[in-house]
Amino acid sequence: MEANVLINLAYVVAATLFVFGIKMLGSADTARRGNLVSGLGMLFAVVVTLVDRSILSYTWILAGLVLGSAIGLVAARLVKMTAMPELVALFNGFGGLASLLVAWAEFEKIRGMGWAAYELAMESNAIFSGFVIYLAMFIGGVTFTGSLFAYGKLSGKLSGTAIVFKGQKAFNLLLCVAILGIGIVFTWGSDLELTYKLFLTGMGLSLLFGVMGVMPIGGGDMPVVISLLNSLSGMAASAAGFVISNNVLIVAGCLVGASGLILTVIMCKAMNRSLGNVLFSGFGASSSSGGAEDDREPKAISVEDAFYVLEAASSVVFIPGYGMAVAQAQHVVKELAELLEENGTEANFAIHPVAGRMPGHMNVLLAEADVEYEKLLEMDTVNPMMPTVDVAIVIGANDVVNPAATDDESSPIYGMPIIEAHQAKTVFVLKRGQGKGFSGLVNKLFVMENTRMIYGDAKSTISSLVNELKSSS
Amino acid sequence: MDLVLLFFIFVLAAFLGLELISKVPSQLHTPLMSGSNAISGITIVGALLATGAEEQGSMGMILGFVALVFATINVVGGYVVTDRMLQMFKKKGK
Repeated sequence: MEANVLINLAYVVAATLFVFGIKMLGSADTARRGNLVSGLGMLFAVVVTLVDRSILSYTWILAGLVLGSAIGLVAARLVKMTAMPELVALFNGFGGLASLLVAWAEFEKIRGMGWAAYELAMESNAIFSGFVIYLAMFIGGVTFTGSLFAYGKLSGKLSGTAIVFKGQKAFNLLLCVAILGIGIVFTWGSDLELTYKLFLTGMGLSLLFGVMGVMPIGGGDMPVVISLLNSLSGMAASAAGFVISNNVLIVAGCLVGASGLILTVIMCKAMNRSLGNVLFSGFGASSSSGGAEDDREPKAISVEDAFYVLEAASSVVFIPGYGMAVAQAQHVVKELAELLEENGTEANFAIHPVAGRMPGHMNVLLAEADVEYEKLLEMDTVNPMMPTVDVAIVIGANDVVNPAATDDESSPIYGMPIIEAHQAKTVFVLKRGQGKGFSGLVNKLFVMENTRMIYGDAKSTISSLVNELKSSS
Repeated sequence: MDLVLLFFIFVLAAFLGLELISKVPSQLHTPLMSGSNAISGITIVGALLATGAEEQGSMGMILGFVALVFATINVVGGYVVTDRMLQMFKKKGK
């Protein structure tokens, strides 16, 4: 009893450290220390748990900790910065899986001793225990397969486009009803063999649901999905906390769940869409998604001509998008920006909150390329100064600079805040080919009078510009 | 433990979590996500209890062990990767 009180007090300390950690992560100056503080909380929680008197053997615990740490450490150390989004998605999925397994392990305990004995031993309520076990299994399962699927999309192992088929919504609804129905029977069922079968079926369906849920979501909506899955992994841990009546799991999981939800809302706002719309609309799957037609042809420009314009420019803004990540062009872009600055040109970067495939994706890439933080401007800062900018260089971004969002009410992205590249005196759009953006929309920016397209791989285009600049100076 | 008390804790933690993050600069979105993702690995505590407290070789212990491995990857990997990211940001502006 004494030990238990001490352990719970220690958990309070750990939870407090998590609170401070998250708080500090929200501000640039304290972020790194915040991560350390929260890591300290985690270490504390783990160490304290090890002295719990219900632990009989340490052999396997040690093996598990060593194995997991080794894998986690190697993965986190070796991963390229550009592969960061998918790694975070993968870790997130592992957390969900762990919560599912914790709930399952508790259910195995019940299977071993029977509900009645379990109720007595744990001073718990059988219906409540059944409910939270099922809940933790469900959220954990959805988080696991959903994150794995997102990992596949982010790493390019699976196609990034939304996959939509006929009757998909009906199927998903049916899946929901089935999971819910099985859950109800499971919660109130007392026959152990039957509930075991129900549990396994429910688990299979939950895992399927995770995949089905992420499937109809297009690549450009990934930032929302990733932050939602992040929130879910916290909720799964919290549910697992209810399963084993553990305070620190409930609190820490809930903190993550709530802050993840805030991030999800921020992402949705940046696209001017509701969460429901992102999750269920299958946005980007159909190419005939409306918007006014425009038969003007985009005008191309050669790299040499682009160079002369850049050389004469006094201010340049780069607007990176997912295309820059794909082309791995961040280092040459930074080089170009430096050369322009030496040439007396002011060079900045305009970052849209949902550019790329995860929240803050562009910031990570440009930070990796050593671009100064002060040069990364947010949308609200950069838009008012756009009319005075000589050249806006759009690198593999599309929907986040589509002026249809501001002036074409029939466009599906109408109302989404954009970086107003079209206000600049000249716009260069670096694009691989003449295809459409992920949303399948024709981008009006590309056909505007002041826009010139530079087709080809962004990295080689920028490299040639860099070479031109170098040879001229 | 008292169920109502657990719920009480849950609700308070939810409000705390919602209040904690109000306006985050977009530069920090990725580290915030990956850092809080590491915290969600707190389920490692449940995995430790399941691995250590169950009978050797029982199904519950095996599940606990697998959970422990995955939760540890989540925790260790999550913190290290977040630190790497923030280290990159830190160099700026100095």
